[in-house]
Amino acid sequence: MTNTTTRVTRGPLPPGVPAPDFTLPSGPDRKVSLRDFRGRPVILAFYPADWSPVCGDQLALYNEVFPEFQRYGAELLGVSVDGVWCHKAYAENRKLHFSLLADFEPKGAVARAYGVYRNADGITERALFVIDGDGTIRWSYVSPIDVNPGADGILQALEEIVPSPSGGAR
Amino acid sequence: MTRKLETGILVLPVGERDHAQGRADAPVTLVEYGDFECPYCRQAYPIVKEVQSRLGPRLRFVYRNFPLTELHPHAEHAAEAAEAAGAQGAFWQMHDRLFERQFALEDENLVEYAQELGLDADRVAGELAAHTHKPRVREDFMSGVRSGVNGTPTFFINGVRHDQRWDVDTLAGAVERAAVVGA
Repeated sequence: MTNTTTRVTRGPLPPGVPAPDFTLPSGPDRKVSLRDFRGRPVILAFYPADWSPVCGDQLALYNEVFPEFQRYGAELLGVSVDGVWCHKAYAENRKLHFSLLADFEPKGAVARAYGVYRNADGITERALFVIDGDGTIRWSYVSPIDVNPGADGILQALEEIVPSPSGGAR
Repeated sequence: MTRKLETGILVLPVGERDHAQGRADAPVTLVEYGDFECPYCRQAYPIVKEVQSRLGPRLRFVYRNFPLTELHPHAEHAAEAAEAAGAQGAFWQMHDRLFERQFALEDENLVEYAQELGLDADRVAGELAAHTHKPRVREDFMSGVRSGVNGTPTFFINGVRHDQRWDVDTLAGAVERAAVVGA
């Protein structure tokens, strides 16, 4: 064991471990911290970049399924290394109902803490974490970078945390 | 405790509720989750037809609705119109018509298509206004979400999500392989 070993991607943090806290900009003049959401499940969706093609887009899907996540009282946070202005333009263009966090400076620090930074590419993995109200990771998943993981895994994980969600949305 | 969730598996089996082309005992079933206003689904439409003609009776094709309403303002009503046509035994005619006229999906267009197809257009208009088929479309959509649909179109081949490209040769090849296994 040596202190000089460079931490490289070691795989996503597994279920059962505390989710590292962080504070990131969610807009030009706003910041959010993970601990702000204690008491509710949080879905952290790391994705490679804003502005990927529309119909196959992961965030467009989550925007559509968002009412379903809300039945579990869950907060959804998108995270990429894009900056706040890029996120702002993207969120407005796609009419997103949830926040995008800028893991921009130091670049990818939060992704590294969760074990999902791609050193070679300078972007994050396409990775999902479902965190319970006590701040413990309950499910984590890394999708092949070009495969949108869908929402089924998230919903299964939320179901285990909140067995009886509130009534149907929409 | 690491746990592997199954993702990308069709959770609602194909059954009586579905709109299907082909024999129920075909060795391979291709399910598409689609959106009538999605340009990629429009692209996939003739590709699926080509795959059907290559496989012939060995393929059963099922279409389920997955309207991305945040992106496509006409997609929900178009899906309901297809179901309304389905209630009059003409789901596939409307399915084809909607993809062929994707550029015109206003409510009056939907009713006009019903008329052109010889359906009871007033009934279709009434069912659209009353959202008669909305629960069915929602059921399709949620079954897709639960199965790992990750955009439109998403295909499942014998219940497993097809994560490769869907150009005609790739899709036909994947379906062909499944047909051999499933035969």
